[in-house]
Amino acid sequence: MSGSRIHWAWFAIIGLTLVALGFRDRLDWLMTFPTAWEIPFTDWLNTVMAAIIATFGPFFRGFSALMDHPMSWVRTVLQTVPWALTIGLLMLASYAVSGVRLVIFTFFAMFYMVLIGYWSESMNSLALVLISVPMAVMIGFAVGTAAFYSDRADRIISPTMDVLQTIPVFAYLLPILLLFGFGPVVGLIASVLYAVPPMVRNTTLGLRRVNEEVIEAGMMAGATATQMFWRVRVPNALRQILLGINQTMMAAFSMIIIASIIGGTSDIGWEVLTQIRKANVAEAILAGIVIALMAMVMDRLTAQAATARAPDGGDEPGFAERNRYWIAAGILTIVILALAQFFPFLKSYPEAWEFYPAQAMNDAFNYVLVEYAAAIKTIKTFALFYIMLPVKSGLEQTISPFSWGFEFTTPMKIGFAVVMTGIVAYAALRGRMNLAIGIALAAILLYFGITRLPWLSVAAVMVLLALQAGGTRLAIGTGLGLVFLMVAGVWPETMVSFYLCGIAVLLSFAIGTTLGVLASENDTVSAFLRPINDTLQTMPLFVILIPFVMFFKLGDFTALLAIMAYSIVPAIRYAEHGLRGVSPQVIEAARACGCTRMQMLWQVRLPLALPQLMLGLNQTIMFGVAMLVITALVGTSDLGQEIYIGLNNGDFGVGMVAGIGMAILAMIADRMTKAYSRKGQAALGQA
Amino acid sequence: MTSKTDLRLSCRNIWKVYGNQPERFFKDNSASDDPKTLCARMREEGAIPAAANVSFDVGVGEIFVIMGLSGSGKSTVVRCLSRLVDPTHGEVILDGEDLLAKSDKDMIQVRRHKIGMVFQNFGLMPHLSVYENIAFPLSLQGSSPGDAKPRVEKVIDLVGLRGREKSYPHQLSGGQQQRVGIARSLAVDPDLWLLDEPFSALDPLIRRQMQDEFLRIQNDLHKSIVFITHDFLEALRVADRMMIMRDGEVVQTGTPAELITNPADDYVAEFTNDVPLVRVLCAHEVIDADAVPDAGRTRVAAETPVETLLPMLAAHPEGVAVERAGTVEGIVTAQSVISALARLSDREDEMPMEAPA
Repeated sequence: MSGSRIHWAWFAIIGLTLVALGFRDRLDWLMTFPTAWEIPFTDWLNTVMAAIIATFGPFFRGFSALMDHPMSWVRTVLQTVPWALTIGLLMLASYAVSGVRLVIFTFFAMFYMVLIGYWSESMNSLALVLISVPMAVMIGFAVGTAAFYSDRADRIISPTMDVLQTIPVFAYLLPILLLFGFGPVVGLIASVLYAVPPMVRNTTLGLRRVNEEVIEAGMMAGATATQMFWRVRVPNALRQILLGINQTMMAAFSMIIIASIIGGTSDIGWEVLTQIRKANVAEAILAGIVIALMAMVMDRLTAQAATARAPDGGDEPGFAERNRYWIAAGILTIVILALAQFFPFLKSYPEAWEFYPAQAMNDAFNYVLVEYAAAIKTIKTFALFYIMLPVKSGLEQTISPFSWGFEFTTPMKIGFAVVMTGIVAYAALRGRMNLAIGIALAAILLYFGITRLPWLSVAAVMVLLALQAGGTRLAIGTGLGLVFLMVAGVWPETMVSFYLCGIAVLLSFAIGTTLGVLASENDTVSAFLRPINDTLQTMPLFVILIPFVMFFKLGDFTALLAIMAYSIVPAIRYAEHGLRGVSPQVIEAARACGCTRMQMLWQVRLPLALPQLMLGLNQTIMFGVAMLVITALVGTSDLGQEIYIGLNNGDFGVGMVAGIGMAILAMIADRMTKAYSRKGQAALGQA
Repeated sequence: MTSKTDLRLSCRNIWKVYGNQPERFFKDNSASDDPKTLCARMREEGAIPAAANVSFDVGVGEIFVIMGLSGSGKSTVVRCLSRLVDPTHGEVILDGEDLLAKSDKDMIQVRRHKIGMVFQNFGLMPHLSVYENIAFPLSLQGSSPGDAKPRVEKVIDLVGLRGREKSYPHQLSGGQQQRVGIARSLAVDPDLWLLDEPFSALDPLIRRQMQDEFLRIQNDLHKSIVFITHDFLEALRVADRMMIMRDGEVVQTGTPAELITNPADDYVAEFTNDVPLVRVLCAHEVIDADAVPDAGRTRVAAETPVETLLPMLAAHPEGVAVERAGTVEGIVTAQSVISALARLSDREDEMPMEAPA
């Protein structure tokens, strides 16, 4: 579609929306999607599920019982081995793959678990990871290889992985529960499902990226098909595959708490959940830190192993030299086991030596809460009345003497309309069509609120955006996805999700990009932000939620802040990375032309980093959606809540429909931002 | 210099056509058409002839160079020889056997034992040490490390990598990496040695050294070689015979001197322009036709380059005798060298000299 035709389409939508809003009291079907048009997906899904359980139930239960053995076996081992030995061996592994700094980090991270008295729970969670990661790695490797060899398989596998990664985990917890029964194995299976996609992706990618000449060299050496795979392709793809293992491990860790919801007993995820339910803020945070630390240690260990280069050639190493770490491990094991005989505290850490600062922390929190109660309340009301409600329900409903301190009178409404029309007309006359359209849409949105717009208008806007970004195919896909949301009867919830996630993402992106710009110009800022980003990214989602609940209680604002806290990370990272990645030659050329700092930023670096920024926006949205589901716990009324309700009531259909809805929303946003990023890259000749 | 008896490799009318069902062009005996007409028809129908009707022979111990610019189809042709790329049509006969008739399984055996290949960007396994890279083809055949060792040690010495066996490819310079590539390709002692732009990724100085090394190694081993390059001077340095390709077709085949003294068309002549003639021309090509051969003079071999002749001619104004296999073929004098150079340079420049009025 040509530029001017798309502009006319936009103005047509805007016009029709305004007309529809004019008649909204009389045309009810325009405002709320008619119930008569809905399709009972929920019932269908429940019927299908019941049939599956009736037919294949025993099979799944059997598998579950089978998996119980390795699971409890690993648990027993990790529980029996003295803590000092486990930590010692991990430290040795840290030394083998990296160096002294990682050894120190490993020690403090692991000893923290002993010190606060969560060792046993931590080891139970570690058992879950240690079982689910190898399973996910094996499955992912096999599936990824299939996708590499067969294009037809890839056409099925690739979208399946997309869906597995975008459907909120909550949504498939229930079917797993129904199929496999209750217990730790269910958590295991959920973890495996969630951890498989990165392995599949990295395996396929790694195999595809092997240098063509290396392949030819292998063929010329006379490799058979099997030799080609195991001795040429796999070793050459190994780095990417190891990266996949690393990501798989991280995914498994992020599932620890969620797995506990359906199958947790006496592990650290369960501990976090229980404490959250009891509203014990400090306890929940202390337990949550365990997961973050454990994830960080394993991340460093596997990442280092993945990037380690072979040592420089030296003399032929002898047996002792080649196996020095194994020998050291053997000696360490014997020494610590012997020592543990004489010093029992190496085996079971005495409770008296534990350090559990929960009480002090809670006191401190309470002090802050009481002392700054007024300030906290002000922040919350301000955000609610001036940012969130206008977007959700529109100025029309928000402005009242109670909230803004004055009545939204008719002359004011007319004034608003006139001023906005004026701005739009001015922009349009200056030829800035896109700007005019954007302002017009924003004005309508602000006045009426996102949840009170006609469903048809919202859908039309999204489809048109998709058309502009990615062409006909994306537009059709978007349209079909939206139709599903409507006929499934979850449109109102979708709009709430859209509003919550939308505000959070926009704010995160604005703030995060600004911080990223600062970090790209200043190494101190960058060094300051990096550990914060790392922590936010490894912290379990639930734990991020806790401090916000503490300060702002339940509600949309808390959800908003939690989503922001998590989704700001990619915005910062991509902005910094993109801006730092601008070619030094271009920077030099611009400086030679006499660019000022501001000109350099606005006219050179930002435009060139735009595709990266768009990718950052993409990730911001994905992170936002992931957190959105979790925030259902603080009582939002969106799709995430539906998923949670489905899970709690054991209603498979409700949870699944909402889960698919969430995935649709995420995928539309993903495809659209990626399409814009690609467009930008192509325009800059970077594609 | 190649007789039927010592022929190693024979390529007959090789075609490689990319596009939809390229076999269709050869169904109805179109291959007997004029290749140019067939090529035009292929392009019209959306197919791309990457190699068009390529034929050549390589004798035992001969270095055959295929020279062409990028996109001329030379890399496609060399890959057809080992069936890394399956030719659409034609015959590749190695030691009397048609490789195109062989099953994939048999081809693996042929690649394991009869053909070695060197790649432009080396194609080394980054996860293997120098020693393991060189031993790789042997280990794929299933030889035990003990059996492979003498063979590997031998090629390591041959290419001068002693002392670097434990290094990994990323720790080596480009020249060293290509030594590994060469050693690997020679590890199984192949009869046919393919080199695909082996020195193009190297710096000019290193390239020169490696060419000398290559010639030294060939002096010891007497392999039958197909050597691909886009560098005309490199082709001249190493070639016994060479073939120039353009747009998938063969432009001319011959010895370097034949190409220079008698280029088939302007395209070939274009390349020969920059060639220092004194390096390419040999004694027997600059013989003074009028001089009467007699026995009393200093003798030189027929293949002596003119470059080497110059100081001798300075010392012997009367000229030197050119001999081949003991018999004198003719006399070379300073005058005859200058005449030959003048004749060739004049033709190449294609600028008729103006006589002073």
